[in-house]
Amino acid sequence: MTGRDDLLRFLETDDRDAGCERTKELLHAYVELVLAGNDPELTYPGITVHLRTCGACVDDFEGLLAAARADAGPE
Amino acid sequence: MASASRAGPVVGADADDARWIDGLRGPRTAQAEGRLHDLLVRAARAEVARRAGRLRLAGPELDDIAHQAAHDAMLAILRKLDTFRGDSRFTTWAYKFVIFEVSGKIARHFWAHADEPVEAEQWERLPDRLGFSPEDAAESADLLDAVRRAVDGQLTDRQREVFVALVLHGVPVDALAERMGTNRNALYKTMFDARRKIRGFLVAHGHLPQARIGEQA
Repeated sequence: MTGRDDLLRFLETDDRDAGCERTKELLHAYVELVLAGNDPELTYPGITVHLRTCGACVDDFEGLLAAARADAGPE
Repeated sequence: MASASRAGPVVGADADDARWIDGLRGPRTAQAEGRLHDLLVRAARAEVARRAGRLRLAGPELDDIAHQAAHDAMLAILRKLDTFRGDSRFTTWAYKFVIFEVSGKIARHFWAHADEPVEAEQWERLPDRLGFSPEDAAESADLLDAVRRAVDGQLTDRQREVFVALVLHGVPVDALAERMGTNRNALYKTMFDARRKIRGFLVAHGHLPQARIGEQA
């Protein structure tokens, strides 16, 4: 992977991109699909597209996934 | 701590979720709130620790952020309890609030530890910020120069300001949003439009191939 490849990926835009607001709204449901072993892109393609380019939302996604994975649920 | 008002059953909630909801709405809210608060503190501490490598914060400050985040997340959860629809476990939904609180509070700490003003444009950083090695940058000098010309000539003042802050200075988007009195989504949209304009400029000047199907250059 070269800087040129990174630049091209950075500049790519996709009209299906859900944006940060929609992603934040549904992030818990998206994470739940990941935890269940399902493909979240089938249900939320716009969020999958968004998470390819929004570092801040990826950070939130990774944090929520880690928290939910660590959770043993209510006793 | 304030309790949520009683409302109807939650569609899609399983037994564990129902216990949480009933506990937080019922007559023994303090017990359920205490249990939830413990979970939120644990999640907040883990999230702060996960992000700590990128922060210039000491242990007590990190723990303070975690406790504040858990407290504020608790208030938000109780306020929005009636919006839980059961499309995830209750705890996953609840953790979302604490993750967002940690994210926002860490962003606010960025400016207290920023080394330099973000107004100065330091274009020599562009190759590194875009992931170019010195060798790649030398080979792609024309492309990088075209990116700079696109930023200078194609973007609006606001798009340029956001590009410089996020790309050249590496300001976290939430920190910039706070400074500019806006939000992450609005800045993402600004950058989305800027990226599209830059790409269009590069295509128009022969630096990149035409946009693929499904994209608009």
